[in-house]
Amino acid sequence: MLITFQIQRYDPEKDASPHFEDYEIELEPESRVLDGLVRIKTYVDGSLAFRKSCAHGICGSDAMLIDGEERLACKTLLRDLGAKPGGRIRIEPLKGLPLQRDLMVDQEKFFDAYRSVKPYLINDEPPGPKERIQSPAEREAIDEPTKCILCGSCYSACPVIREKNPEFLGPAAVLNASRFVFDSRDRGLPERLPALDRPDGIWACESKFRCTQVCPRGIKVTKSINLTKARIETLRSIKKKAMGDL
Amino acid sequence: MRREYDAVIVGAGGAGLYAALEASSAGRVAVVSKLYPVRSHTGCAQGGIGAALGNLEEDHPEWHAFDTIKGGDYMVDQMAARILADEAVQAVYDLENMGLPFSRTPEGLIDQRRFGGHTRNFGEAPVRRACYAADRTGHMILQTLYQQCIKHEVDFYNEYFVVDLLLDGSSCVGLVVLELKTGELHTIRSKAVMLATGGFGRMFKTTSNAYANTGDGPALALRAGIPLEDMEFYQFHPTGIAGMGILITEAVRGEGGILRNRRGERFMEMYAPKLLDLAPRDLISKAILSELKAGNGMRGDRQIDDYVLLDATALGKKVVEEKIPDIADFCRTYLGIDPATDPIPVQPTAHYAMGGIPTDVHGRVLGAGGGACPGLYAAGECACVSVHGANRLGTNSLVDLVVFGRRAGRHIADYIAGASLRPLAAGSEDGARDKVKRLKTGRGAHGGAIREAMQKTMMEKVGIIREGEEGRSAVAEIEALRDEYRGARVDDAGAAFNTDLLELLELENLLDLALVTAHAAARREESRGGHTRDDFPERDDARWLKHSLVRLVSGVPEFSYKDVDTSLYPPKPRVY
Repeated sequence: MLITFQIQRYDPEKDASPHFEDYEIELEPESRVLDGLVRIKTYVDGSLAFRKSCAHGICGSDAMLIDGEERLACKTLLRDLGAKPGGRIRIEPLKGLPLQRDLMVDQEKFFDAYRSVKPYLINDEPPGPKERIQSPAEREAIDEPTKCILCGSCYSACPVIREKNPEFLGPAAVLNASRFVFDSRDRGLPERLPALDRPDGIWACESKFRCTQVCPRGIKVTKSINLTKARIETLRSIKKKAMGDL
Repeated sequence: MRREYDAVIVGAGGAGLYAALEASSAGRVAVVSKLYPVRSHTGCAQGGIGAALGNLEEDHPEWHAFDTIKGGDYMVDQMAARILADEAVQAVYDLENMGLPFSRTPEGLIDQRRFGGHTRNFGEAPVRRACYAADRTGHMILQTLYQQCIKHEVDFYNEYFVVDLLLDGSSCVGLVVLELKTGELHTIRSKAVMLATGGFGRMFKTTSNAYANTGDGPALALRAGIPLEDMEFYQFHPTGIAGMGILITEAVRGEGGILRNRRGERFMEMYAPKLLDLAPRDLISKAILSELKAGNGMRGDRQIDDYVLLDATALGKKVVEEKIPDIADFCRTYLGIDPATDPIPVQPTAHYAMGGIPTDVHGRVLGAGGGACPGLYAAGECACVSVHGANRLGTNSLVDLVVFGRRAGRHIADYIAGASLRPLAAGSEDGARDKVKRLKTGRGAHGGAIREAMQKTMMEKVGIIREGEEGRSAVAEIEALRDEYRGARVDDAGAAFNTDLLELLELENLLDLALVTAHAAARREESRGGHTRDDFPERDDARWLKHSLVRLVSGVPEFSYKDVDTSLYPPKPRVY
């Protein structure tokens, strides 16, 4: 069927500001939006710039706004958008991060936030000669956040970052902190507090649930953030009680 | 960017990151990748990493080594396979200790499951050897290693593409990179350079591989005069989503999934009576093709793009959601079906290069004379140790990149302690600058059209079943496409974020590798592992039990051969 992709274009070497261009292409209802972009790049205009790699929703390269919503272009089929012959699909870059060119945004700030929460196992106890023991239930407690592919969809969708506090760490960074905070093998919560326990850290989150709604991996991001908030509050009250006992 | 390093690692997948971690203990190390972090294709490995932990039943590294050798149809260098199997055990414990969230047994140990070709006691029956994290084992390995690189403060250059290796004689002294953001070229001097650029499945039309898998490392090596090893051995994974090529992990069969033809028959009973659906991939892909050709595919039209069904309905909803949740997600997204209730339409998909840049067991690249090139390393899918021989077993790609990525990193750490930075010849960037300038002035066909033509030729003529005349015609077609490439056009004249130019550079790499692959496939007159010749259907140890090495000299291939190490298990007929 013939579909029109309405794509935001911006070339920093030529354009003062972004604009939209229309591309008519022949696609199937089962085609991915990414298939359409690749076809345009191959046969219509090779200068169209976007990121892509695995093309099946795992590498996280091609998050963008598709009809106004954060989605992975490789995981969005035309039929998911209710596209009909002659229909239009609007494609824009993610929000909340500096625009580079066409559908590409600079993700350094997003990755900086991720790195700031020390997203690695912290545990100085010697592990022994084999694996550390972890029960299936303990493993299950971190299953959701381990699905994160760092695509940036939640960061783009977060109303706090966009409307109130652009310095908020963002949902993905907090989610990835929670992946370790709730890992039975980890001892690093105190080390992560300087990044998390501050106004631009976890407390900036207002539980608007947009992160959860757009996550292409189906992760309940807001829930993980709230569990982490509760864990920090528990740690505080334990500390307070310990101080009081003195 | 810094212009001098002790070691530069090209590629940020599993092999590259592990090497960077090891080498960074001894000096200043940078990782250069054309992608952002954690986008590399290691992340797409699903089912597991094989290691004889014996957590659920008796297992031994010797059994793992034997399975690897037999699985590779005796083209495996056997002492290297022993190292692979022996060191896999500690490598898995180390990954767990770094934080990798493996799935667990009720006792809290790393859980293990069955996988194709992995057996107990030298072929008796399938064994639980694949350690896994649901069906995102590669994703978790990639994330864990990147997280460790953050902890150890490794320098990353994201979205830099390597255009040239700088050699002084056979020694590697640095490299030239193109910065995607600005279009600028930079020269980095380095005592050691490691290529860890992954595979090149994008030379085929239907592939499980990422767009990024364009063989940049092997192509750089080839153009630097280094021969590539065993390029005719390319693996087609039996279960890609029909029409799309997206991988459906072998773990589906490890958990009990069954392949069926249009009559509902479990056809692997005829091809591998003992291991059935857990036979090695080459045998299953060939079995599927035989079924399709006999009219037993689901359409029944005897075409090679027909498909069969992977039936996982006996697993039940709970096992599907716990053990293969991403597969369930792919099925819902791309097929609109639930694998717990509906069989999955599958067909073979181009998946893995057994061949590549020849290395020793320390990751040192072996040059034209067979000796190591000082300062040049390779590991992972772009390299050929050779532990996969003519057909890689499932899970062994992850074992390979962890074991040999780490070994290369350790050797680099030793090497850079005793080496010094070498002076560069004047004009180190001239070749790269000329190339970019030339590509930007092309007026012919757009690279995209050339790419699609190459993918079609390779799929149809250098695919699962090959034949001499077809192979020669593939060579002629690829040669014509390489001629066309010389005048290829980029639509983008800009400097910043010129992805059009980047893709044209990647296409050059794919075309070079397609050419030597087609030549190598036309030349090997036998059938072994992933290389099947219609006109030479038998394995021929007397003539062909040898690794091929191919160089390109002004576009003309030069072949030589080297012995296979068969010091542990003498080659036998391969029955499953």
